[in-house]
Order: sequence, then C-alpha cells, then structure tokens
Amino acid sequence: MTDTPLNMVEADQTLVTRLRAWWSGETANPAKRVQFDRPLTPWLFLLPQLAVVVIFFYWPSVQAVTSSFYLEDPFGFGATFVGMENYADALNSSEYLGTAAFTAFFCVVVTTLALGIGLLMAVKADKVIRGAESYKTLLISVYAIAPPVAGLIGMMFFDMHMGPLKDLAAFFGYDLKVGINYWDTATALIVIAVWKQIPYNFIFFLSGLQSVPVSVREAALIDAQSGWRRFWDITLPLLAPTAFFLLVINITYTMFDTFPIIDVIVKDKPANNPMTLVYKVYLDGFKGNDIGGSSAQSVILMGVVALLTVLQFRFLERRVHYG
Amino acid sequence: MQKIKPFDHLILILGVLFLCAPVVMALMSSTHAAIDIHSNGLSLLPGGNGIETYTKVLTHRGGFTGDVTGLLMLRNSLIMGLGFAVGKIALSMMAAYALVYFRFRFATLLFWAIFATLLLPLEVRIMPSYQVMSELHLLNTYTGLIVPLLASATGTFFFRQFFRSVPDELLEAARIDGAGPVKFFIDILVPLSKTMMAAIFIIMFIYGWNQYLWPLLMTTDESFYTLMRGIKSILQVWVGSQIPDYNEAFALAVLAMVPPVAVVVIFQRMFIKGLTESDK
Repeated sequence: MTDTPLNMVEADQTLVTRLRAWWSGETANPAKRVQFDRPLTPWLFLLPQLAVVVIFFYWPSVQAVTSSFYLEDPFGFGATFVGMENYADALNSSEYLGTAAFTAFFCVVVTTLALGIGLLMAVKADKVIRGAESYKTLLISVYAIAPPVAGLIGMMFFDMHMGPLKDLAAFFGYDLKVGINYWDTATALIVIAVWKQIPYNFIFFLSGLQSVPVSVREAALIDAQSGWRRFWDITLPLLAPTAFFLLVINITYTMFDTFPIIDVIVKDKPANNPMTLVYKVYLDGFKGNDIGGSSAQSVILMGVVALLTVLQFRFLERRVHYG
Repeated sequence: MQKIKPFDHLILILGVLFLCAPVVMALMSSTHAAIDIHSNGLSLLPGGNGIETYTKVLTHRGGFTGDVTGLLMLRNSLIMGLGFAVGKIALSMMAAYALVYFRFRFATLLFWAIFATLLLPLEVRIMPSYQVMSELHLLNTYTGLIVPLLASATGTFFFRQFFRSVPDELLEAARIDGAGPVKFFIDILVPLSKTMMAAIFIIMFIYGWNQYLWPLLMTTDESFYTLMRGIKSILQVWVGSQIPDYNEAFALAVLAMVPPVAVVVIFQRMFIKGLTESDK
C-alpha cells in the first residue's frame, strides 16, 4: 500500500482554496493522472450508493440526534423537548455508569486475551514447518462461525445440567451459575468473545509475520541466539503496525460485534447480569420504550466510535510515512 | 533453517483444541437424542439419532418457531448472504469507479459523505433505523433485510484502493481506442477486478449470512426468519420445557455454521488475501 486511505489534503492549503477545489472537483492529489471529464456520468454511477447512504445512514443518524433531545410519550402522544435532560439522566444514572465500567473492563480483558493468544499461535504457526497448513486451516475455520452460534455453543458448555465447564468448576469445588451470578456470566461472555476473535487476530499476525523478509530473519538468527530476544527486539517491532490495527479492530469488536453473544447468554433478562453499552441502547429502546434515553446513549456511543475511527486513520496515515 | 520443536506443536495443538473442540462437540452432540445429552453431557463421538434430528429440524413445521422449517430459514439465510454480497459489490464498484476515474463537482464532498458511514456501525443507530424502516414500510421484506446493510462504505473503500493501484496507462490506451466511461468500466475494469471481487464476495457473504441484530429487528413474520433469527427463537422456547431439545439446537447451530465455514476453508487462500490486503 503506497498511498493514504483518505485523500489527505496538504496542510498549507487555506480554507478558501480548499473550498474552491471542492467546487470545481479538483483535488490537490487526484486519484488518477488522467480522468474522465463528464458532468453527468459519475453521478449515475454514484447514485445507488448515495441513495442508500442518505436513506439508511444519514436519515436515521439525524433522527437519533434529534430524538435524543426529546422525551417521547410512552403511549405515543407526541414528544416534549427536554434539551440535554436525556444525556444528564444517562450520565448520572449509576446503572449506566456501571454498564460503561463493565464495557471498559470487557474491552480490556477480551482485547488483551484475544490479541495475546492470537499472537502466540501465529508465532508458533510461523515457526513450524510440518503441518503448518493444517494448523492454519483449523484455526481459521472458527472465524466464519457467527457470534450468535458461538454464543449458543458457549451457552451449552456453561449449561446448568450438562455443561462440561460447569462440571469442571464443580470438580474444583466452585458452583458456576451463568445467568444468575454476575461474575460467572461475565466469565462466560469473556471466554466466548475471546474464542470467537482469536482466529481473526491469528490470520493478521500470521500474514504480518510472513511478510518479514527472509534476509531479516536470517540476520536476526545470526545476531540473536535466544528466541526470546529475537522476538522482543526484531519480530515485535516489525509487527507493531499490525498489532495497532488489530487493537482498534478488537476494541470495536468487543463494543459492538459481541451483541449477539450477550443476547444469547443474557436473553433479555438484564437483572443482575453484565452487559455492554450497545446492549443497553437496545434494551432501553426496544424493551424499555425509552426512545429519547436510548437515542442519547446512541449519540454518546457515536462520539466514542468517531474517536476510535479518527485514531485508526491517524495511525494508518503514519504507517504509510514510516512503514 | 530451524529444527522441529515439540513444544511449538504442543501449543498449537492446545490452541486448535480450544478453538475446534467446541465445534466438534456441537456437531457430534447434534446426532444424539436430547435425553442422552441431558444425562450424559456433550459427546465427542457420533450418535445414532442424526438422520432423525436433522430431518426434523429441516422439514418439520412448528419444530421450534411454530410455522417455519429449517429449509426455509436456510433459504432465507442464503438470500441474505448472496443478496448482500452481490449488492455490496455492485454498489461499491460503481461508486468507487466514479470517485477514482472522474473529475467532477463536489467529488471530495461526496467522498467524505460516503466514507463517514465507516464512523458509525449499525448497532449504534438501531432504534432510529428501525423507525425509518417502519415509516418506509420495509419491515418483513427482503429489501428491508438487505439494502440498509449496504449503507456502510467498506466495499467502496476496498475497491477505491484497488482502482488506484490499476496502472493509468490502461485508461490512456482505452481512450485512444475511443472507449467511453461505461465501455471502459465493463470491458476493462470489471474483468480486471475478478480476483478482488471474489475475495470481497467471500467476506461479504459471510458477513451477510452471519447478521443477527438486523434480522432480529426487521422480521416479525416467521417466513422471513434466517437461521440466526431461528437461534434466538429456539432459546425463547427453551424456558419452561423439562428437557430442552439440545439436539435440535445443536443441529440448527451446525446448519448455521457449515456454509460459511465451508466457504472459508475451500477459498482459504483467496479469503486471507482479501481480508488482509483490503482491510488495512
């Protein structure tokens, strides 16, 4: 990859020249040296995508922001403007803050474990010669399993009556009660979420490792005798861009894509069970009918995601310069 | 270069066991009877009830969702996966083509307008999205299931990257030969993108097939249920029954995971290439 993902406009351009360029369609850094110069054709090509984006992205997003300032009547008789009240309610509620704290904890634990185990597997799979392909196929196949299916299988493993993990805990004298005990449920969620995410991290780490040139590997082999030193001083720095990319992806995954896992394990019964912020948006909006509150939570989450994405693009930009 | 170390294999085998054992046990348990699973737990060996269970899950009406059969859900999942993948490729290739190969007014503005969709995943705006869909009367339709998911710009992003790496000389040559924009797109760019299209098709098919939250909200009519939606239903029936139909739940899980896993394993190389080269 040789170019930045988003057309980064050079810094010395003033706002006026930039606006003028927007108007005329000329960018400082056009995608192609030669381009077609037709007024209408590009619009025809863009139209389907634009229509979908406007109807199914901008319309609901704007609606989320507006309804976050209103208090909807539960019986459908109009809405009252309440200003920032929905936000204040959310941020002052101990339940919301508890959910936010759990989401943060969940993110840290799942990301650390999934990245750590994925990296370990990738390093080992990169080393072995015999059977490398079979290991790869087996490890990757789990990637395609849908989160709700993972949740269902996980639920069976933690089941009260026949779950092997319940038996294992009982063997050590612990009574595992997933769905009833807060931390037991949290443990189940973490195990399933990590299980589902390892293959993804594995694929990326392995392809990162395999793109290290043979000459670098051989030089490293001569310079550093101990495998650990080689890993710390050479492999890990070379993997840093991949690792950072995966970090952002894994955080997004734990925040949003774990929704089905939580839904399968917690099953709409939030009483004393851990959940993430996204799940709370869903519960408050669809089960609790609190549209204003749910929208305010959505907008807060939008802020968090926007921050994460900016971080990701920042990093991508830098990676291109030094990578 | 290096000698074989049993320790490395040990770690890999442990990893494979951790990842694959649950899948194998789900597969094997689905061939046992519910009572058998209830009393003996999950098993690693096939049982004798497989044909019976799968026939029931696939064809029996009212198995767990009242009106819907496994075959119907399988068909709906397939429609969802294929429709999403095809729609995504068509829309995003066209949009990326316009953005890369044309000089026109507002190009940069449109570029940002489309790419801003990468900022907000669907999960964040489910409530208002649902309201918009019900205003448009798109609940319980295939259009409502598939089209809103196309709003994310991931595919456009991949194709834009790819088109930018296509040599400029191709366009110059085509123009000398008198090819217009449509001809250039269909006769040169599309055939050139075949590998990229295949890779993105695999990723998008799995993404569409595995959708959970959106079908959950969009479909109340059981004839539109996908397999993922069926999993939700089977869990709702669960509560209250003496011995839950573990075998049928596992059979449903197996049905839901076999197609995407098969696609990944068969097209492994293409899939990895698509994933690692386009996601970054």
